[in-house]
Amino acid sequence: MSKLDAKIPEGSIDQKWTKYKSSVALVNPANKRNLEIIIVGSGLAGASAAAALAELGYKVKVFYFQDSPRRAHSIAAQGGINAAKNYTNDGDSVHRLFYDTIKGGDYRAREGNVHRLAEVSNNIIDQCVAQGVPFAREYGGLLSNRSFGGTQVERTFYAAGQTGQQLLLGAYSAMQRQVGSGKIESFSRHEMLDIVMIDGKCRGIIARDLVTGKLERHFGHSVLLCTGGYGNVFFLSTNAMGSNATAVWKAHKKGAYFGNPCFTQIHPTCIPVSGDHQSKLTLMSESLRNDGRIWVPKLKEDAEAIRTGKKRAVQLSEEERDYYLERRYPAFGNLVPRDVASRAAKERCDAGYGVNKTGEAVYLDFTFNTKRYGRTEATKKGIHNPSEDEIVRLGKDVIKEKYGNLFDMYKQITGVDPYEEPMQIYPAVHYTMGGLWVDYNLMTTVPGLYALGEANFSDHGANRLGASALMQGLADGYFVIPYTIGAYLSKEIAVKAIPTDHEAFVEAEKNVQERIDKLLNIKGTKTVDHFHKKLGKIMWDKCGMGRNEKHLKEAIDEIRALRAEFWKDLRVTGTADDLNPELEKAGRVADFLELGELMCMDAVNRNESCGGHFREEYQTEEGEAKRDDDNFAYVATWEYKGGENNFELHKEELIYENIKIAQRSYK
Amino acid sequence: MSGNMNITLKVWRQKNSNAKGELAEYKVGDVSPDMSFLEMFDVLNERLVSENNEPIAFDHDCREGICGMCSMFINGRPHGPKEGITTCQLHMRSFKDGDTIVVEPWRAQAFPVIKDLIVDRTAFDRIIAAGGYISVNTGNAQDANNIAISKDNADEAFAAAACIGCGACVAACKNASAMLFVSAKVSQLALLPQGQPEKQTRVLSMVAQMDAEGFGACTNTGACEAECPKGISLKNIARMNREYLGAQLCSEKM
Repeated sequence: MSKLDAKIPEGSIDQKWTKYKSSVALVNPANKRNLEIIIVGSGLAGASAAAALAELGYKVKVFYFQDSPRRAHSIAAQGGINAAKNYTNDGDSVHRLFYDTIKGGDYRAREGNVHRLAEVSNNIIDQCVAQGVPFAREYGGLLSNRSFGGTQVERTFYAAGQTGQQLLLGAYSAMQRQVGSGKIESFSRHEMLDIVMIDGKCRGIIARDLVTGKLERHFGHSVLLCTGGYGNVFFLSTNAMGSNATAVWKAHKKGAYFGNPCFTQIHPTCIPVSGDHQSKLTLMSESLRNDGRIWVPKLKEDAEAIRTGKKRAVQLSEEERDYYLERRYPAFGNLVPRDVASRAAKERCDAGYGVNKTGEAVYLDFTFNTKRYGRTEATKKGIHNPSEDEIVRLGKDVIKEKYGNLFDMYKQITGVDPYEEPMQIYPAVHYTMGGLWVDYNLMTTVPGLYALGEANFSDHGANRLGASALMQGLADGYFVIPYTIGAYLSKEIAVKAIPTDHEAFVEAEKNVQERIDKLLNIKGTKTVDHFHKKLGKIMWDKCGMGRNEKHLKEAIDEIRALRAEFWKDLRVTGTADDLNPELEKAGRVADFLELGELMCMDAVNRNESCGGHFREEYQTEEGEAKRDDDNFAYVATWEYKGGENNFELHKEELIYENIKIAQRSYK
Repeated sequence: MSGNMNITLKVWRQKNSNAKGELAEYKVGDVSPDMSFLEMFDVLNERLVSENNEPIAFDHDCREGICGMCSMFINGRPHGPKEGITTCQLHMRSFKDGDTIVVEPWRAQAFPVIKDLIVDRTAFDRIIAAGGYISVNTGNAQDANNIAISKDNADEAFAAAACIGCGACVAACKNASAMLFVSAKVSQLALLPQGQPEKQTRVLSMVAQMDAEGFGACTNTGACEAECPKGISLKNIARMNREYLGAQLCSEKM
């Protein structure tokens, strides 16, 4: 086991990034024109990095599997983006955002990176507004803010429930501007299937044109993976159908270490599963917890009556409802962090208080705040003694203004009108804090290979706070990589573009081709989705919200058996020289079948509970996560050693110099 | 949990952009009203694979109505019979047991069919690359609250920016015009103070690219607005026409 060097700059926490920026090696404009950068993925991290690096003068190529870069799954982020602007005058600061993020991550994130993230958060808002991103505004014309979980300030900027869409379209526009000026070459419907290593450095990729099926070789002085998370290991998640781990997994198998693979975020407020046909789950934004109160019936009999359709939620009086988050966590109430809220929902449902057919749902109820808003509106309008109906009507207008699109989405999916009946919600896989290990420069353990955004592990520890994913994606792309890549590329200026008939490219392409042929030639009887669903069930049951050693070890055996069956009995229809969605899915599921096992191994190794990783053996008497800082205050970083399930653990020790490590409490 | 609906599908099958396509008929049984339209396709595709037939290729990704990737033309309407949603948000409860449903790709010269229900919409990306942006390099923005924008203008810009670039407007239009798509971006940026310096070149370049891509002319029938899953308003087209005329009259570049 070797020691990993995160290359955190010296100096006090608030000076590290400033000093780094003024001392990092630069590449002069003439040399930048000769340096080629490959970016895989066009979400917030990829599009913003592409725009920023092309603006600097680098030659950039961007690859994405969808038809347009604007489709990347960042588009679906709903609630908002954090920044330490303190526009609301409620006591926010860079330090507080830094502190909240470290604490929210249950003290498993790296101080240096997180402080830098908090520092650049304000620049992101400025940049986005300059691009024309239409954030929500107050009547005075200035920007509006709201709260998210795990904080006691209002620091979240938003654009209705479509913040991710607006930020991504901003980054996409910036990227397209560079495409239009010829500085970015854009490759739609292309999937990266391997990285190419020459003399120990990453020098390019093998990509498949998904329309023609043709494999292509692309050289780059460096390669940036901005390919998002791997939540689709679970089959059902809030990720898009195409979201996958293939790029990071290929990189991992070529030497990039994988950090904290078991850290998965289960989001508390998603629309519950409706049946076996379910293909994905839909999130209801965390912003709803600003005004929605979460509850289940106090009595099991009432829960039973609701499940069998004999009672309706609205028939239960206040005294008959258990607002369990407000009861357990009075200080943060409904705005506890996601891991805490998810576990609490599971606890109630496991205890028999669930409110839908399957017993796996709790209520998210807007009645109280609808009435509160209604009364304020009545006062504003000078209506004395408004009737109950009038209050509700006025309040609904306010709720509609704030969350209209989310309410519509809910009604569309469930067929139930959330203005009339409280929403039913249940936790679902949403985000992966784990990812490729990167140092302060965002470089992986492979020289020249970087990972940005959700694809890396760096900023969120064991639990990400709401509205921080968008912040990190754009921070990495707009404000971090343009500086840190100079540290590497300044030493590469003498390297001429390597022709892609180099043997390393030939070899890599051959391996990719062989794997495609292998998948097509199994000619078994079961579909890709059959295996994916089976894997997902194993992961959800045994490596989901609650984990224990026995189940995890069983899961590892089950995944191995499933993987063996996959390679014996898979059926992929069609051919390789054509657009073939089944073949695309098969390659991705083959990688999930390996990654899933590593996630379970990591979860077995971490004999503590922290953030989203809840090991049932390690909990307090009140059922809270019990960390073990003496033995596990480290990033678990896995090296692939060749062959099947052969991984070696390396540890990056986490040192807290600026934050006092403590039991996380939201009571 | 299977359901009790039986559906007959007539689906456009086309091997590739050069091949001739045709409608193929499929019966799908045990459809649950809670299934989404695309989940019904998943079920059919699983069956096709198990019968050793090639599944139907269709575009989809987020399945929550925001990425703009799904694109089916269902019974003569883009994204199907319901207003204000995309195909992925359409549920089978919107249909009846025994229904026959015809599913085709978007039809437009500027959106050539790639395979089955998948079309090439990269023309939209090229239109944005021609001018759908504000030219501001990373890192030199002023403080965000130095620009005050009236809430009404901000809200209207947001409403225009809500376009998901799916192309339903083009598919719905008898002329296959892209005016609603282009005008949404032109409007968003024209409504904001940040968009003012480039407003003339922007509208001229984007319209020129739109024409070059082979989209048809606008004859103001309003089918685009009626079928837009995000409710993008025809007002945007009026605004773009105004911007375009103004730019033609005033621009020094013309």
